Amino acid sequence: MTVDLRVQDIAQQIGERFPGAIEEASADSMVVKGEFIPSVGQFLKDTPRLDFDYLNCLVGTDYSDYIEVVYILESYKHNHRLVLKARAYDRDNPTLPSVVGLWRGADFQEREVYDLLGVTFAGHPNLKRIFLWEGFEGYPLRRDYL
Amino acid sequence: MKSLEEREEVIELETDPYVLNIGPHHPSTHGVFRMRVLFDGEVAVDVEPMLGYLHRGIEKLAETRTYTQAIPLTDRLDYLASMTNNVAYCMTAEKLAGIKVPERAEYIRVILSELMRVSSHIMALGFLMNDLGSLFTPLFYAAREREKLLDLFEMVSGQRLLYNYMRIGGVSQDVPERFVKKAQQFVDEFPGYLDEIDNLLTENEVFRMRAEGVGALSAEDAINYSCSGPVLRACGVNRDIRRDDPYSIYDRFDFDVVTGENGDVYDRYRVRLEEIRQSVRIVKQALRDLPGGEVQTKHAHFLRPPVGEAFSRIEAPKGELGFYLVSDNSIAPYRFHVRPPTLLNLSPLRDMIVGWKLADAILILGSIDIVLGEIDR
Repeated sequence: MTVDLRVQDIAQQIGERFPGAIEEASADSMVVKGEFIPSVGQFLKDTPRLDFDYLNCLVGTDYSDYIEVVYILESYKHNHRLVLKARAYDRDNPTLPSVVGLWRGADFQEREVYDLLGVTFAGHPNLKRIFLWEGFEGYPLRRDYL
Repeated sequence: MKSLEEREEVIELETDPYVLNIGPHHPSTHGVFRMRVLFDGEVAVDVEPMLGYLHRGIEKLAETRTYTQAIPLTDRLDYLASMTNNVAYCMTAEKLAGIKVPERAEYIRVILSELMRVSSHIMALGFLMNDLGSLFTPLFYAAREREKLLDLFEMVSGQRLLYNYMRIGGVSQDVPERFVKKAQQFVDEFPGYLDEIDNLLTENEVFRMRAEGVGALSAEDAINYSCSGPVLRACGVNRDIRRDDPYSIYDRFDFDVVTGENGDVYDRYRVRLEEIRQSVRIVKQALRDLPGGEVQTKHAHFLRPPVGEAFSRIEAPKGELGFYLVSDNSIAPYRFHVRPPTLLNLSPLRDMIVGWKLADAILILGSIDIVLGEIDR
């Protein structure tokens, strides 16, 4: 059984290591400030006890006030899971750092979020539309699109 | 007269690299997939997959439908394995709404999912042989077996490709009485036919020469690229959601997780072949234990799950198929996202193909077993 790690414990460790990184921590997920995503990701991936080597799913959702990107992380070695979130508040130019350097599985998924929700992932090596054509106007999965 | 070595020096050619577009309309791309491949002579030096030719906006469409109306949309993701798509979506909606599934429905789901896996894998093997240049004979052997499975699916759902059979809280209707008998007959006879395919291909000299060592992927890379399913297990990673994060009633069945060693085309073939046998094992056990009773939990016609989000995944034939749903307590999902296994299995394509020749590139793509309905959505 894949165990969901206790978010409070991890959030405390991250809070000690990266002061101000945690925006919010609930029972099943934690929201990390956008600029801290790569360093928190590196910490989660490299700490032997955590060892999050597998990015299961990267998905974006438009909540009108902000666009939220969810990172579902897993460890194959320890068979546990953690849900990490980051929010982009600027609707005109939402930007988050890319995690392709940590998990290359993020490549297509970040391009998908960019394509359909318009979030720019800074540092992505090949950030362009993946499903829609170049020159398509708007971001279909935003709530104000149609 | 010059020796061969000397002559080769003389005729050594200067070649310019050139770009070749493979697809989108090409039989070997399994749908409308396009790769831009940069070749130097016959050897690929760079690959870029171009996606989106089958993008229908399923995620957006689902936001305008009720939870039940979204089920037919999931059929159209991986259309070679519609049953498992239905199961994955219904499981996530059940998790979101807190609905329990009756025992009999769980067994029916397992039986049909595993039969679906047999059908999907056997077609993957057939198409792989087609890509290899062994035209039609293995594919027709595979299609012959799939036909029997389609008959079984038609018996329970009335459809042969897009079943729309699962419902939130169970299945749409009970299986007919003759289904159990026919399914039993299939799992009794099928291993014999599988041996036929096994004898024809597994130790085939030509196939082994073409497939062994081709398109190899290391275990670390496969995990880093978020691969799953047979592609991941062929690299030697012992991971199967059915065993490691059991959903439904998979913890009651006895089966082995099949792994390869080298992560090459040949291992992916062998893993799929062996997984078919394991699926047949599971179906046999499930048919033996199939209980009676209800097949659907009663719930409100217009489901209004509480505000929140849910992610759940299953081991679909092609890998880990997940759904991410967000509810705002209305009758339609606020967000409907599919985590498609084949899109992520496709991400190491460049690493796999670079350095191999054109004919191998076709074979490597075939061994990933992509379905564009799921990649483009």
